[in-house]
Amino acid sequence: MKEIFTKSMARNIYFGGSIFFVLLFLALTYDTHQALPQRDNSQAITETVALGKKLWEKNNCIGCHTLLGEGAYYAPELGNVYVRYGKSKEAIKAFIKSRPVNGIPGRRSMPQFNLTEEELEALAEFLKYSSEINTANWPPNKQG
Amino acid sequence: MQTHLKYQSQAVAKPYFYAAIGLFVLQVIFGLILGLQYVMGDFLFPHVPFNIARMVHTNLLIVWLLFGFMGAAYYLVPEESQREIHSPKLAMILFWAFLVAGVLTVAGYLLMPYARLAEITGNDILPTMGREFLEQPTITKMGIVVVALGFLYNIGMTILSGRKTVINVILLTGLIGLAVMFLFSFYNPDNLVKDKYYWWWVVHLWVEGVWELILGSILAFVLIKTTGVDREVVDKWLYIIVAMALITGIIGTGHHYYWIGTPEYWQWLGSVFSALEPIPFFLMTLFAFNMVNRRKREHPNKATVLWAMGTGVMAFLGAGVWGFMHTLAPVNYYTHGTQITAAHGHMAFYGAYAMIVLTIISYAMPHLRGQGNAACNRAQVVEMWSFWLMTVAMVFITLFLTAAGILQVWLQRFDEGQPFMVVQDQLAIFYWMREAAGVVFIIGLILYLISFVVKDKNQATA
Repeated sequence: MKEIFTKSMARNIYFGGSIFFVLLFLALTYDTHQALPQRDNSQAITETVALGKKLWEKNNCIGCHTLLGEGAYYAPELGNVYVRYGKSKEAIKAFIKSRPVNGIPGRRSMPQFNLTEEELEALAEFLKYSSEINTANWPPNKQG
Repeated sequence: MQTHLKYQSQAVAKPYFYAAIGLFVLQVIFGLILGLQYVMGDFLFPHVPFNIARMVHTNLLIVWLLFGFMGAAYYLVPEESQREIHSPKLAMILFWAFLVAGVLTVAGYLLMPYARLAEITGNDILPTMGREFLEQPTITKMGIVVVALGFLYNIGMTILSGRKTVINVILLTGLIGLAVMFLFSFYNPDNLVKDKYYWWWVVHLWVEGVWELILGSILAFVLIKTTGVDREVVDKWLYIIVAMALITGIIGTGHHYYWIGTPEYWQWLGSVFSALEPIPFFLMTLFAFNMVNRRKREHPNKATVLWAMGTGVMAFLGAGVWGFMHTLAPVNYYTHGTQITAAHGHMAFYGAYAMIVLTIISYAMPHLRGQGNAACNRAQVVEMWSFWLMTVAMVFITLFLTAAGILQVWLQRFDEGQPFMVVQDQLAIFYWMREAAGVVFIIGLILYLISFVVKDKNQATA
């Protein structure tokens, strides 16, 4: 780098640039918050949905599955599982309930979490709520 | 034993580096378990289900890198500040606190169902668990904050009362940023979109933000020491690299806001800015090669120079090129949440952060172990073999996962698509090859460990 470009110029780009983009990011965050209620399906968040999210976290579902594409890639996407299962909460509950305790020989298998009926209902409600968030048409198809 | 340290308190870096290496070994072992579970689904089931092993794998990565960063700070800050560490005793207390907390947390993951761990650690009082990479019990998170604050106090006091160099200032800003952004891990609203929005403030603004400051300053320190190039030149490079990192990386967060319920202008912002994110990494590569080409001395530690140049190249490939591959919104629409992401994650973390920690360890260890400026030739040769084995293995892990990812996208994401598990079965060949590359990686890692005990022939007989 030539002498025309001095160290203090480099420093000013660093401090000036970072501060500018931090402020811009905060402004965009504010704007995003204003726009969220039209997209985030927050009106559907009931106590049951909130309980479902707690259960989702408490059993570390994200350790195998993705949710809106984020998580682990070992098991299917669940952001749209409600749609994939024909908008049936019963089908979701039945799947979770039916997992064999000792797995399936040679295959991947979801653990048996021994959830109560109330907990199953809450998880299914949470997955229904997730599927109704406006995700700009992601995923591309129902396979997730 | 005669130490070769300019400042005696630099010695506290040693246990940090050993802890980092130990946890790195464990991380890789769990990586191999996970790789096997991809193709032998019932391996270790139900005792160590995939999600538990993955949590151990990723959390160990974060913890060993943090040990590495802290060790790096304790090693380089005294030399930069030209004074002893404010409190070496505090550094040692925090070391044990962090190690015990880390080990207990991982033991908790492995010894009981995760839900039980959540219960006994009082997750209901302040639920923060069960989100990717932030699975630690809330009390562990609080412990991390305490350790981080103590560490920042210790390093901050040292820097503020000593010589202030560009390296010091940027390292300190990076470390403060690391601690501040981690606080967002305590915000976990019921609203999934907001939860995800701020989750990225920890994850993205760490690895594509403030961690790059830490990476840049460690790299600059090692290059000054090994090449003898003027500080003026290095400082200018460092400022520009970290400036580009933040200018592109902050709004670049938008590449995570395409499909999670956030407004669609993020598709434009995220695409444009994250497409520029390779720039700081490319500059790092140029920086490393330029400094080495213009070197004013031949440093006897050849292994360190290799690690430093390797960091530049691999960070650019893993974070830069593999990141760019799937960062544009129209591409990401198809690749989001597939093995493509896993491929990028592996090479980026190894190339940028694992390698920079191994670089500073390679530079500092001979001093810390009283060997002088460099380990003996034979030890360096073994270390360089380990460099090549691990690095080439990681390139292949990345290539196989990329191949798996492309096939997955093709089979699963276009038209009607095939179901997830049907597709996974068709990817098995790539997963097997990835596992084979993983075995090569751990052989490299074993060689790396061996390099610490290798002695020169005449030395061994003496």
